[in-house]
Amino acid sequence: MAEYNIKELKAGGFMKQKEKDLFSVRLRCAGGYVRSDQLPKLAEIANKYGRGHMHLTTRQGIEIPYVHFNDFDKVKKELSKVGLEVGACGPRVRTVTACQGGICSHGLIDAQAIGKKVDKKFFGRGGLPQKFKIGITGCPNACVKPLENDFGVMGKIEKNFNEELCNYCGLCAEVCPVKAITVNGEKLLYEEAKCIGCAECVLVCPTGAWEKKQDGYAVYVGGKMGKFPALGQKVFDFVPSEDKLFETVEKTLEFYRKEGKKGERFRETLDRVGIDYFKEKIK
Amino acid sequence: MNEIKADEKLDLRGVVCPINFVKTKLKLEEMNKGQILEVLIDEGEPIKNVPRSVKEEGHEIIGVKRIEGAFRLLIRKV
Repeated sequence: MAEYNIKELKAGGFMKQKEKDLFSVRLRCAGGYVRSDQLPKLAEIANKYGRGHMHLTTRQGIEIPYVHFNDFDKVKKELSKVGLEVGACGPRVRTVTACQGGICSHGLIDAQAIGKKVDKKFFGRGGLPQKFKIGITGCPNACVKPLENDFGVMGKIEKNFNEELCNYCGLCAEVCPVKAITVNGEKLLYEEAKCIGCAECVLVCPTGAWEKKQDGYAVYVGGKMGKFPALGQKVFDFVPSEDKLFETVEKTLEFYRKEGKKGERFRETLDRVGIDYFKEKIK
Repeated sequence: MNEIKADEKLDLRGVVCPINFVKTKLKLEEMNKGQILEVLIDEGEPIKNVPRSVKEEGHEIIGVKRIEGAFRLLIRKV
């Protein structure tokens, strides 16, 4: 029988089961994206090497349980035939989650596309004190739950108000979820500080008085679930470009690697050193 | 907007999303370019969704008026 090193296997997305020598094989499905031509292959693998079923994970992934460790290489090879690979476990960057922001009628950014890029750049990045989860959501509805991630990204917009186009119909005030707009007769009052960038006003405006200026990303850090849940805290209200976003991820990982103690989740590091210190360092 | 005369009217109060929009869309399809459709839709989710979808279809919302618990929209078919 071949020898195996559990720690190494976990890095490659093989989760040890209660049953002797059996593992649940975790797949890397960034943004929960799986092609229809990949599914028959997964069914084939589950039938041949597992017990004919799969598990959908809470992070949009797929696991194939009941795989014997002697079959790992064969399973990996089979997966690679349809462009799939195993996911990550342990103290490293996990598969990135993302909503369907590019096609969803609420979506303000193409979360799938950005999620895939972030996954490509950072997936599996190790040398970290603990696991590191990244989630990308397309709008303030936050379906991907960015605040539950070590690094959460939320699509939002900045907008202009063209007063000369406004007919004071009041629809924007009606649909604004945070009551940042008040329309009274021929007067519109906008309290920018309240705005969450959800674009409901832009989308509903009949005249184009509310107009999108640009889209971008709000960044939250330090969210986690588990035994001691905590919600992420906003560190950037509006990151205006993809490059700047990637740079922020890079700097955050670098900070966590340097400042985090072994076994400490990013939130715990932040609580210990102070979020202001973090903000200062990644500016 | 009171001077504008609607060619067709739809009372969609009490009709939920997305049926209210589908009914609006079907009615607009029956109408001629430039004609005006008046729709009554509820506040809350419907007023959030219907005008946005009408805009996405390329039609023009030329009038909005609040009435009790609802809105009166005037839509020009494009």
